[in-house]
Amino acid sequence: MTAQPEASQAPDLLYSEAEEDLRAAVRSLLADRADAPAVIARTESDTPYDPQLWKALATDIGAAGLLVPEKLGGQGASHREAAVVIEELGRSVAAAPYLTSSVVATETLLALGAQDGPAAELLTELATGRRVAVLAVPFAAAPGSAAPGSVAAAEAAAVSGSLEGALGPIADAAAADVLLVPTADGLYAVAADAAGVTLEPLVALDLTRPLAAVTLAGATGTLLADAGTARAAVERGLLAGAGLLASEQLGLAEWCLTETVRHTRERHQFNRPIGSFQSLKHRMAQLWLEIVSARAAARNAADALATGSPDTPLAVAVAQAYCSKVAVHAAEECVQLHGGIGMTWEHPAHLYLKRAKADATAYGTAGRHRETVAALMELPAP
Amino acid sequence: MTAPDAAGLRRRTRDLLAAHPPATTDRTDFLRARFDAGLAWVHYPAGLGGLDAPRSLQTVVDAELAAAGAPDNDPRRIGIGLGMAAPTVLGFGTDEQKQRFLRPLWVGEEVWCQLFSEPGAGSDLAALGTRAVRDGEDWVVDGQKVWTSSAHVARWAILIARTDPDVPKHRGISYFICDMTDPGVEVRPLRQITGEAEFNEVFLTGVRIPDSRRLGPVGEGWKVAQTTLMNERVSIGGSRIPREGGMIGPVSRTWRERPGLRTHDLHQRLLTLWVEAEVARLAGERLRQQLVAGQPGPEGSGMKLAFARLNQEISGLEVELLGDEGLLYSDWTMRRPDLVDFTGRDAGYRYLRSKGNSIEGGTSEVLLNIVAERVLGLPAEPRNDKDVAWKDLSR
Repeated sequence: MTAQPEASQAPDLLYSEAEEDLRAAVRSLLADRADAPAVIARTESDTPYDPQLWKALATDIGAAGLLVPEKLGGQGASHREAAVVIEELGRSVAAAPYLTSSVVATETLLALGAQDGPAAELLTELATGRRVAVLAVPFAAAPGSAAPGSVAAAEAAAVSGSLEGALGPIADAAAADVLLVPTADGLYAVAADAAGVTLEPLVALDLTRPLAAVTLAGATGTLLADAGTARAAVERGLLAGAGLLASEQLGLAEWCLTETVRHTRERHQFNRPIGSFQSLKHRMAQLWLEIVSARAAARNAADALATGSPDTPLAVAVAQAYCSKVAVHAAEECVQLHGGIGMTWEHPAHLYLKRAKADATAYGTAGRHRETVAALMELPAP
Repeated sequence: MTAPDAAGLRRRTRDLLAAHPPATTDRTDFLRARFDAGLAWVHYPAGLGGLDAPRSLQTVVDAELAAAGAPDNDPRRIGIGLGMAAPTVLGFGTDEQKQRFLRPLWVGEEVWCQLFSEPGAGSDLAALGTRAVRDGEDWVVDGQKVWTSSAHVARWAILIARTDPDVPKHRGISYFICDMTDPGVEVRPLRQITGEAEFNEVFLTGVRIPDSRRLGPVGEGWKVAQTTLMNERVSIGGSRIPREGGMIGPVSRTWRERPGLRTHDLHQRLLTLWVEAEVARLAGERLRQQLVAGQPGPEGSGMKLAFARLNQEISGLEVELLGDEGLLYSDWTMRRPDLVDFTGRDAGYRYLRSKGNSIEGGTSEVLLNIVAERVLGLPAEPRNDKDVAWKDLSR
């Protein structure tokens, strides 16, 4: 299609009052349980995830079930609300498997369309936050690039199979109770502690989103969907993940700018606050401008996912092509404008830089998403 | 009289159309009648073209008139009068001034221009040096202004001039309405980088302005000018822009239609700019939705910055994309266009004209300072000009 027609319904790019209330609840929880020292301490512990934080977020606030219909035990809300939760998680860089379990795995299962059976049961458990699932595809996989046949099913069977393969790096696998494994036969649910499943933690660039390599050696799983259905469902899961990752990048960038402004107002050199120097002010004003734009792009993607707009693939590709760059830029400026302190371990700036840089690869790089824009808008390469 | 509601305005508009059928009424006569009916700008006071109605209800009137094929005043040619002079006259003018100036201004019978910028006072506008010296009932004005759109067709100008050089620069300025037909006013076209002369230089030599054409108190012209300047930046946020609605449109079409021009380097740059243009469009749409929802944010101050940079980068890319054709230029003849045509003409013109986008209406550097200080709350740079008499400043 050339110069796509405007989506007939104008996207709603604002935040509703209910969304702002949800934001306030999540922000307050994260301020209590996941301030910067707590996040740093957690990254250095043997348990990268705080189960109390997850319970409060997923169950007490009910954030885990936002995308799940009420009849399956969820909140029956939408990607717009989930995006607000993710903005706040980006602002705090707390380790919580929200994007991976409550969005990507949940969205993949929802796309199977099952009203009962194992997929529906698993959805209900994910919605309550009692169990965590992750989609077992590399964290860098972009929508449209997932290889469902990345694991060979040694024994394909209608209801269960024996799975073989080496996968990774899988984000949040360490927190997962269930792995959703796409194979040439279809999508399998495999218990993370099942026989034949080995999870090996990897040393990750991003300290706040642990990665693991997963080895399947004769593991048994439950077949949730056939290959065709699975492929479309994984695609939808990755699309939602990429789309809402933009909101994480937005929240992250906002924290970086806010902290940088605060620091440069307080830090004096040459007998004046360094934030009064024009060369620094312009850099922060430029960041603000990029963040204003990133918010419009991220909201547009969340709204498109929520409304099922035909514009969704473009909205997601545009948001990822733009917001990745903004988050990295904001984090890099944050480190630089904090001067020496920005290079220290105890200041949290490094956590944001690591998250931002890892996010720039997650669910597809900006360049990969620009290729999608090129295809959708008929702007082909030479 | 209570302000009319939407139904009342609709009824009044239909009465106007019935009394002055557009098909058989002279354009100017119709516009005068519309002004007198209070349907010109409904939020203005009764008797001055309005009915004290909410500004948002203007759309009700406009829709009725458009449906009936009524003539419009030309808001582009008379933009400075409508957008800047009118709110200032309304805010600071005497009753006589409002009665004299607003009707012909709105109807378009009298075009206005703005005598603010000077060769030595651009971003630092308050440093202006044009002098106005009191002489009996008149002020005698001498100086030079620049970047004056429409000066060659204007009947009136809003003018700021220095009336007291012995006080700090912001305090010694007064605001006047200048008669452009005065013999001391000389307008010269200012030819630009594009070859055109959209703007003028205006030389003021012994121009006598009666004190009755002063707007606001003597010495408080800077405060009056703030009203003018704030209205200059209100223009964004009105209408929705379609995808590829700006400068990215022509270059995307060229890319689709002429595969022979494509290179890998240009492709990467095009896609990056396409995404940025789409995001800027969405940010503009979000700003529009905020305004409609009654939650105006500070984002407006940033949009001009984004569009200026994008226009420059996109038009620069387009010149390169066109290859041999990009080496050519349509026409260097000095012309005096009524309107600036940003997306028409050719890529070379767009490239050159867009260089002005980061200067006109506030340079990008000044706007970044405004964002940094007013939005982010960063400290101002130390200044050494605020408490010094204007005459003692270095120039």
